[in-house]
Amino acid sequence: MSLNIRTYRDLADSDRSGLPEQIAAQRRRVAERLAVVGRLVAVMSGKGGVGKSFVTAHLARTLARAGKAVGVLDADLNGPTIPRLLDTHRSPLTTHSGGVEPAVGLDGVRCISMGMLLEEGAPMAFRGPQHESFVWRGALEAAATRELLGDVCWGPLDWLFVDLPPGIQRYAELADLLPKPPAVLTVTIPTAESGDAVRRALRVARERGSPLLGVIENMVGPPFAGDAGDALAREFNIPLLARIPWHPTPDTWHRLAERLA
Amino acid sequence: MKFLCVDCDRQMTFEERQLPGDGTLAVAFRCPKCGRAVAMLTNPMETQLVSSLGVKIGGSTVQPEPLETIRSMVATGRDDAFDDGKRETGNAVRWSGDAVERLSRVPTFVRGMVKKIYADYARERGIGEITPAVMDRARVDLGLEGM
Repeated sequence: MSLNIRTYRDLADSDRSGLPEQIAAQRRRVAERLAVVGRLVAVMSGKGGVGKSFVTAHLARTLARAGKAVGVLDADLNGPTIPRLLDTHRSPLTTHSGGVEPAVGLDGVRCISMGMLLEEGAPMAFRGPQHESFVWRGALEAAATRELLGDVCWGPLDWLFVDLPPGIQRYAELADLLPKPPAVLTVTIPTAESGDAVRRALRVARERGSPLLGVIENMVGPPFAGDAGDALAREFNIPLLARIPWHPTPDTWHRLAERLA
Repeated sequence: MKFLCVDCDRQMTFEERQLPGDGTLAVAFRCPKCGRAVAMLTNPMETQLVSSLGVKIGGSTVQPEPLETIRSMVATGRDDAFDDGKRETGNAVRWSGDAVERLSRVPTFVRGMVKKIYADYARERGIGEITPAVMDRARVDLGLEGM
């Protein structure tokens, strides 16, 4: 004789754990923290090594020099480079009940990065049963991203750039965490191989509903050949915002900032 | 997750949470009608997954500390990453020698935050001295699986 068991959704009594409410509170904290951010932009690429962080840091500095309040969240938890690019001091981060104060880097850009929190040269390692880390590591990295968004006292910002690692995983986590999918700025290098990888990432972002701000083609010139930036811009009907040579000048970044604004 | 007392067809309610200290978790639920209790026992991997979500089974009465998940779960954090380890004031609750010794075994990256959590817990409950027993109780009451 089989038991007559009601289903999960049939049980509607209040639950002291309130796990859905706890998750909702986490999302609310992120939304409230970012309510004073004018434009949040995810800098992404399906391809590694194309200079996302380099572009992010210089674009942020250029906007800051133009008088804008700018923040950078380094969401590359496993390979953070923003602290070096923005030359943040290794002084302790100030904490208080309201959150953590971001570090202030070159040209006054506010930033937070796992690179400020980890031992010098150490990989980001978590406590826990390592032989089963595939089960929980992704959830922990998503939680870390959420805390860097919601627990940092960004204050009023004109721009907050979220520098994503290669691939699409962190973008998906970010889109889940935010009240609406983030605007996306895409970086590629000229090669067809890069174009292939970036195309997949752009498709994910478009399907998720992110506004696509445009493509930046970086490392233009020998030895790289190709027109990935142009091709992606045509295919997705978005602007090619800049073609950045190997040795960009301040004017390169200034023109990019003007086009983006 | 929810628990159903099939005999009574009633949703069971959260009773208590226990942390044996070996990475596992025990959570008891009781049927409000017949009083039958059941315990959900999770292995370290399952416990870790819950901690990874930043939620507390049974809920929590205190607000999470800033970057609580990062600080409690990252094993390679820099000792001087935060300034809160120096914030304990003269009018803070007392710490017994055993409690101080136990706190000293907490990694520096997270120690300041953990110390504050225990001190807040004691202050809110009018506890004058933090002992290992108080720390054990706080871990369970606050659901500090990772600490």
